[in-house]
Amino acid sequence: MAVGKKDISCPPEAIGTPIKDEDLKKGKVTYYEDYPDLRYAWTAGQAISRFLNELKKGRLIATKCNECGRIMFPPRIFCELCFKPIDDWVYVKDTGVVQTFSISYIDPDARPLPEPIIVAVIAVDGASPKMGIMHVLGEVKPEDVYIGMKVKAVWKDEEEREGAITDIKYWKPVG
Amino acid sequence: MEVEKIKGLKFAKKQDVAIVGAGMTTWKRRLNETGKELSYIAVKQALEEAGLTIDDIEMVVMGSAPDTFDGLHMKGEYLLDGSGGSDRPYMRVFVGGGTGVFAPIAGYWHVASGLADVCLVVCEEKMSSCHPHPQSGFKGIWDPILERPLTPNLIWIFALEMRRYMHVHNIKHEDIALVSVKNKRNALDHPCAQVAEKITVEDVLNSEPMALPVRRLDVSPPSDGAAALIMVAPHIARQLTDEPVWVDGVGWALDTTMWTNRDLYFPRYVAEAAKMAYKMAHITDPKKQIDVAEPYDPFDYKELHHMEGLGLARKGEAPILTKEGVTARDGDLPTCPSGGLLGVGNPIAATMGVKACELYWQLAYRAGKRQVAKEVTTGVCQAWGDLMQVGTVMVMSNKR
Repeated sequence: MAVGKKDISCPPEAIGTPIKDEDLKKGKVTYYEDYPDLRYAWTAGQAISRFLNELKKGRLIATKCNECGRIMFPPRIFCELCFKPIDDWVYVKDTGVVQTFSISYIDPDARPLPEPIIVAVIAVDGASPKMGIMHVLGEVKPEDVYIGMKVKAVWKDEEEREGAITDIKYWKPVG
Repeated sequence: MEVEKIKGLKFAKKQDVAIVGAGMTTWKRRLNETGKELSYIAVKQALEEAGLTIDDIEMVVMGSAPDTFDGLHMKGEYLLDGSGGSDRPYMRVFVGGGTGVFAPIAGYWHVASGLADVCLVVCEEKMSSCHPHPQSGFKGIWDPILERPLTPNLIWIFALEMRRYMHVHNIKHEDIALVSVKNKRNALDHPCAQVAEKITVEDVLNSEPMALPVRRLDVSPPSDGAAALIMVAPHIARQLTDEPVWVDGVGWALDTTMWTNRDLYFPRYVAEAAKMAYKMAHITDPKKQIDVAEPYDPFDYKELHHMEGLGLARKGEAPILTKEGVTARDGDLPTCPSGGLLGVGNPIAATMGVKACELYWQLAYRAGKRQVAKEVTTGVCQAWGDLMQVGTVMVMSNKR
């Protein structure tokens, strides 16, 4: 075993060479670029395939566990609490209540959006309490949104629906 | 052999675990050094402080977050040489942002189980390799079918959680902004800090909106950096120092991935992890028994959220404690005296440097200008990550 512990204030030194974005652009530092082009095709699985097919028909579907009594949304084929297969499929309403929301000024790459979008977690009526999904709100000004607001899904026209979460264009306030 | 049961989970400790050295690189938005080089620098510092050489290291734990940032798979293996892990038992652990405390927890397993007497823990993150912005790398965290078509940005989930927390407890943004002001100021005393500055609550409230309620100064920056920690058995600690810092308890827990089915106002995952760690550390009243805390603070509201999860404040009480100065470096419960992620930086896994490493430095009275005013015996550090679902907690003490 070596010399033993030193009595120093820590961290002893801040080592590292900071560089700026422009150092890369101007070629002041040595670097190598690559553009991996990977594509993925995700299967939707048992539960979400059925969910997406119902979306195409303009309906929301959930699953039920008779042991804990929960109506689970989005649907799943097993209850993660009771750890058993689900017992039933049940339709839920296309209305719900805003649980929380945000007004986003940035896109997925952190670039500014031309117009902010309103994103929310919406607990869907007919499912167990707090069973929500993330989606966007429309036909409402950012300053008018509040937690507890009742909303309803605005669907794409039937022929435009493709079995995707975006078959619901957005949720708008009701009442 | 000590055997205890927590919620059906049995743990048996072969030997106590001491921390004897730590190190970290500077943290910056972009560093020229590669991940391997950064790991090497952090490890050298930790060895230097402990008074050990790499030959003394028996096993190595590496912590690093998504491979997406580096564009390198098998990142653990890529970082092996810089981490001092070649030719010895080596493993990588990863629970997103929670890795910063999960990696030392894995180090604890190595020593407490008796498998190793000297274990090196290294955490590294190089986020700047990812273009146009590290945020782009986070796209992959979302559910590909239900969430990605909505073009989400990672900030969304935090904004949604922050709004829910503010709504349930009726908390104002200005009370939350105080955390950012405090931590960025604390970071002025940290030699490795990336975004240390004196700001005001108004600066936070007037900063650029990202995903409201989250504004630019509510958020920690992406960073490059590394940190290292050395954990040893009692007989090794005695050879090295009269004043080691002991790991008293560890805990970790995950809540469901279906985050839209949870009430986001309270971090249950942290509370569960804390329960486990406190039980192990024989802490029954964390408010009284914890002298210094390093909760995970990638966002200002997160420090408050996590203080409540850790039982350091009642639900909704953390903003009041902050306002009263209790969490200041000279307060009764100094919280994030390092400057945290908000002030020093957020190199995901490498945040171990301001969580586990800082807590060790505080309890060893080696934190220099960052040393808290009060006398300290016991402290807690915590990290958090994945889809807002993992809590990792470690309790340390300078008394055995």
